[in-house]
Amino acid sequence: MNTKVLSRVILIAATVVLASVFFLPNTPVFQQMPEWWKKNMPDKGIVLGLDLQGGLHLVFEVEGEKAVEIATERMAAALGSEFEKKKLQASVKREGLSIVITPATPEVRKVVEETFPVLALADNKGALQGRISDKESQRIKDTATDQVLEVIRNRIDQFGVAEPVIHRQADNEIVVQLPGVKDPKRAVDIIGKTALLEFKIVDDESPLAAELPAAVLQGEEQKLLDKFGGRLIEGDQVLFQRIVNKETGVVTKRPVLLKKETLLTGAELTEARVAIDQRFNEPHVSIVFNSHGAKIFEDITGKNVKKRLAIILDDNVYSAPVIQEKISGGNAQITGSFSMDEAKDLAIVLRAGSLPAPVKTLQNVTVGPSLGRDSIEAGKLAGLVGTLLVVIFMIVYYRLSGVIADFALVLNIVLLIGAMAALNATLTLPGIAGIILAVGMAVDSNVLMFERMREEVRAGKTPRSAVEGGYKKAFWTIFDSHVTTLITAAVLFQFGTGPIKGFAVTLSLGVAINLFTALIGTKTVFDILHANKDVKRLSI
Amino acid sequence: MELIKNPNLDFMGKRMYAFIFSGALSLLGLFAVFAIANGKANLGVDFAGGTAVQIKFTQGVPLHDVRLALEKGGLKDFDLQDLPSENKVLIRVKKQEEKLGGFTEMITQILAQSFADKKPVVDSTTEIGPKVGSRLKEDALWAVLYAIIGILAYIAFRFKFRFGVGATIATFHDVLAVLAVFFVMGKEINLILLSALLTIAGYSLTDTVVVFDRVRENLKKYLREPVEAVVNRSINEVLSRTIVTSLTVFLSALALFLFGGEVIHDFAFAMLIGVIIGTYSSVFVASPVVILLGKKDIRAKK
Repeated sequence: MNTKVLSRVILIAATVVLASVFFLPNTPVFQQMPEWWKKNMPDKGIVLGLDLQGGLHLVFEVEGEKAVEIATERMAAALGSEFEKKKLQASVKREGLSIVITPATPEVRKVVEETFPVLALADNKGALQGRISDKESQRIKDTATDQVLEVIRNRIDQFGVAEPVIHRQADNEIVVQLPGVKDPKRAVDIIGKTALLEFKIVDDESPLAAELPAAVLQGEEQKLLDKFGGRLIEGDQVLFQRIVNKETGVVTKRPVLLKKETLLTGAELTEARVAIDQRFNEPHVSIVFNSHGAKIFEDITGKNVKKRLAIILDDNVYSAPVIQEKISGGNAQITGSFSMDEAKDLAIVLRAGSLPAPVKTLQNVTVGPSLGRDSIEAGKLAGLVGTLLVVIFMIVYYRLSGVIADFALVLNIVLLIGAMAALNATLTLPGIAGIILAVGMAVDSNVLMFERMREEVRAGKTPRSAVEGGYKKAFWTIFDSHVTTLITAAVLFQFGTGPIKGFAVTLSLGVAINLFTALIGTKTVFDILHANKDVKRLSI
Repeated sequence: MELIKNPNLDFMGKRMYAFIFSGALSLLGLFAVFAIANGKANLGVDFAGGTAVQIKFTQGVPLHDVRLALEKGGLKDFDLQDLPSENKVLIRVKKQEEKLGGFTEMITQILAQSFADKKPVVDSTTEIGPKVGSRLKEDALWAVLYAIIGILAYIAFRFKFRFGVGATIATFHDVLAVLAVFFVMGKEINLILLSALLTIAGYSLTDTVVVFDRVRENLKKYLREPVEAVVNRSINEVLSRTIVTSLTVFLSALALFLFGGEVIHDFAFAMLIGVIIGTYSSVFVASPVVILLGKKDIRAKK
């Protein structure tokens, strides 16, 4: 064996060893390895995709407009107090995304410009109309998306999911992947809830309060609002409390007339946890405010003794207890006939904070664990059968050369799996299909060479020069056909979502590795066979 | 072993038949593309938007019973499909909902109540909002286009431009033909099929490149023969490798089709048809198109 061939044999052996080392974490053998190995050697291997291990793939859209609306509202309120401070007679009103200020006198205009330079101002029939500038709106939306991402990350951490993937996509979308989640619905609820906790005073003094029915059926809320909405005084609103009849399970909605002004929000929380009520043995969520929040809470309760304080989450009233006395210390409870899980989830979202803008689910793909397992089993079987079919065909058709091609094929599979493990690539079901197809394509290169060799033999060449000629002449054909496959794989990778990306990865790795195994792998075997003795016939 | 010894078939002489056959197939494929664009085809939930829920029971459940139960429960406009061997039922609702998740909950609740004795378990659910659906559909068309442009550019770079055109038309033909088959059979057109189509686009070129390579080589070698004869000779010379390379991929796709499981079934089916059509097109479409584009200075150096 000359040195050139020997170096190739070493190269092949080294790649196989390397592939095995990288793939080891995916086998039970890894657990048997000594400590130093586990510590210093690759320990991740191939990652199973959501479609194989089961789990949740979610895409949320952050409704950034809403964040801009909230900012506008806040500015309107700030302007109102600014005018009061400066003793200017001016009224401020928010209309959608714009603030309308009357009158449009130069003094008023000056105050507005100084307080909020980001407002783009326009005169409109004696009124001053301000809108947050496009650039600033964009910044607000952008920040909102970042904050939403952070809050979602927090919630998932507290919910407890191993290896979640959370990232931003496009301008205002967030992708969340949760492998192995057992209760997908609960996870979706926790992540997607805005969780804006607000405290407002119930307006029992308005004559309307007495007229409101005690409860309406679920789904009839809008009807009620249409009936009474016109008579609401400015600064009041109607929200609903969900009431479940414990015996019949019937859900009704109780309208609650509230003063619109939010006195305190969940932003001032430091702690939220589940506690069990001693008297009714029911879970509730106990919250603790920070010092600022505790001060506000003390103020509110002090000023509104004997009135009712409504605790509202995402525009749903949870409870509205009567304030008996001033409460200091900053402790409060949220009750509302929760189940244990509901209470736990509420505590999680309160701790993690509210979303600065609501989110909308764009996509939700859930795969149960059993389907994933079935897919893996089916993929293994198909892979085995496919490989066997190809292996047998090659031996029948090309005899000894077929055996050599099969050797290259096995080498190809080993290296492909090793490369995927080295890259910690994600294996998906289409990815398995990619491997199996790569098996079929892997031998194609050898077929091209062998057919060339047959031609050379027919032309009367010696076995050795037939092999050389076959390799040389087939090379560019093989190269061209591989490149075209790589082009489509690249497009697939660029465009595809999770499972399809996995397919693109296995396909392109398979094709690239195939160049190595077909050109170097089989050539080496031929060289070894033809090195020692003068071969009379090529078994092809 | 050899499949065919020294074949000498007159492929070029039959090209008119091939053009008619392929033209019809491609037209059908184009029709399918328009149908897809207008939402008339059997689009998967990923393209059309909507909800798909797959439920597994412990025993077989007649599809009719599932339909009745769902209708009684108030679900409208849904499709049912069953996998009797696995006791599974797939329910698809192609209607959009403002807030995702409602249909899934409704379906699982109705079935859990109606078939409590057969312990329905949710195998998988897919909910796609309208925005994602139409975006995926648009992206899919671009993906196919990008792939084909990439291929055209590469082949034109390696061969003469008209070979690039020939290869591209053959590739388009293959993709359209598989699409046509799926469309006619009423099979679902989804993302998985799209990845199969792109794979077919890449793979069908392998055979075309093999033929083109030989055509180029022979054009220089047999200077006195008419171009048609050289092309015909080249196709015959590489015929056995064209068939054998396709056969190996066909075999692995077959294993995938038979044993790869439900999720990958249609993908494997598309590959099976794609390999056959790709082989056919590399013989009957790619080279004839090159000749059709003109024989002048075809022998000139690139």
